[in-house]
Amino acid sequence: MTTTTATELGPLLDRVRAGREFGANVYSTLDVLQVLYDRVLRITPATVDDPDRDRFLLSKGHAVAGYYALLAARGFVPPEWLDDQGGPASRLGDHPDRTLVPGVEIGSGSLGHGLGLGVGTALGLRAQGRTGPRVYVLLGDAELDEGSNHEAIAYAGASGLGSLTAIVLDNRSATYGWPGGAASRFTVNGWSAATVDGRDHDALHAALTGHDDHRPHVVVTDGE
Amino acid sequence: MRDAFVTSTEEVLADPRTTVVLADISADAFEPAAARYPERVINVGIREQLMIGVAGGLALTGQRPVVHSYAPFLVERAYEQIKLDLDHQGVGAVLVGIGGSYDRAAAGRTHLGPADVALIDTLHGWTVHVPGHPDEVRPLLRDVVCGQDSAYLRLSIRTNSRAYPEAGDLRVVRDAGPGAPLLVAVGPVLDAAVAATADRAVTVAYTHRPRPFDTTGLRTLAGTEVILVEPYLAGTSARVVSEALADRPHRLLALGVGREDLRRYGSAEDHEHWHGLDAAGLRRSVDAFLT
Repeated sequence: MTTTTATELGPLLDRVRAGREFGANVYSTLDVLQVLYDRVLRITPATVDDPDRDRFLLSKGHAVAGYYALLAARGFVPPEWLDDQGGPASRLGDHPDRTLVPGVEIGSGSLGHGLGLGVGTALGLRAQGRTGPRVYVLLGDAELDEGSNHEAIAYAGASGLGSLTAIVLDNRSATYGWPGGAASRFTVNGWSAATVDGRDHDALHAALTGHDDHRPHVVVTDGE
Repeated sequence: MRDAFVTSTEEVLADPRTTVVLADISADAFEPAAARYPERVINVGIREQLMIGVAGGLALTGQRPVVHSYAPFLVERAYEQIKLDLDHQGVGAVLVGIGGSYDRAAAGRTHLGPADVALIDTLHGWTVHVPGHPDEVRPLLRDVVCGQDSAYLRLSIRTNSRAYPEAGDLRVVRDAGPGAPLLVAVGPVLDAAVAATADRAVTVAYTHRPRPFDTTGLRTLAGTEVILVEPYLAGTSARVVSEALADRPHRLLALGVGREDLRRYGSAEDHEHWHGLDAAGLRRSVDAFLT
């Protein structure tokens, strides 16, 4: 299998880190972000305002460090921005703000908002007849505790929102866990699902492109 | 007012940007529109958080969402979604509430929504319309749907006898001359306010747009005494009036719905009486203030 130790993002992540510690919630995002931006998403720094671009919504906004490193690596933001992340003159907060950071689709941080915004984005694209773009929303397993996500999962499944993909990074962070696995919460509501090793890039790529366009799709990573 | 809203919304749906988002409330009334515009009349079921999140996502793609439900569910239940999924994303939506304050009093506290305008007022840059007559609804809705920013349209079963569609800025309904006490009535409390002050030298002005409040008109009309009558939480606009008159000696009486949970059912008229917002109650408050 193809794997990465995130060496490419390592130096950029160190600039964001500036002596702080990151937990699994940050490190678990690196592989999936690289696969998304390298092999899946149709978006570049030149197309951040193209209405037909794919949308990537980071719902777990507290895990933003890897996202900033990735955006710098792919040319969406200058790497120098990383050096004062969180500072008084910085555009990069501890949670991202879409109005301050090129390429960022939503301001997030408070858990449980990204999937609802993603559902609305998919509906808006559909209303405009834009059948090309897909909407990807990255969530954490603990974030699924929020009732707002249950509303979005149930509605997206019932309405067959085929352009929507949720990605759940399962770090076993949810206080009471999800018996039967996080994917079951989606499949019972009519989603297609794949559960994969979150470090295996080929498996991630297959899962992230495994939708059937007739129903929403979820990719759950089996984390450490 | 709900009928006027549904009819007017069917008109604005002719614009392909307009998208209605519902959470089951009024879904029956929107069935004809949903049949005609299946991808732009969206009912998410009884999911008010999702309803606002969907509106935010729609707006991010360039659609103009019109979001409708019962006021306590629309504004109070989903307040964080309003703050984050609309305001913080830098996008706007039109929220249309019915059943504010005590319209459906017999249903109990769960269906009372007197705090809606005060909650919206914690945010920045919102337009708030409180029509006092069904004939005011159509032009107000068209105005806000044509805009980009966020707006709250607060509909009620309570109405005045006459419509003033153009009364966004303060409109003088009765002029008692320079220096007279000024009573500002917002939305459907106008008739009671006029009746309450019929035999007093009080200037009565009306507005259906408490935000942005017409502070220029207020400064032109106000003498020393200002009385504010609002059909929602008492004092909601006191901050705005006080700021507008901060450089002048003045006294302000702010009337509206009280904060106490009365734990009483009855009708909207009953609650109007208990909150002192009927003509007799307003008369007592105004007399006590001016004498």
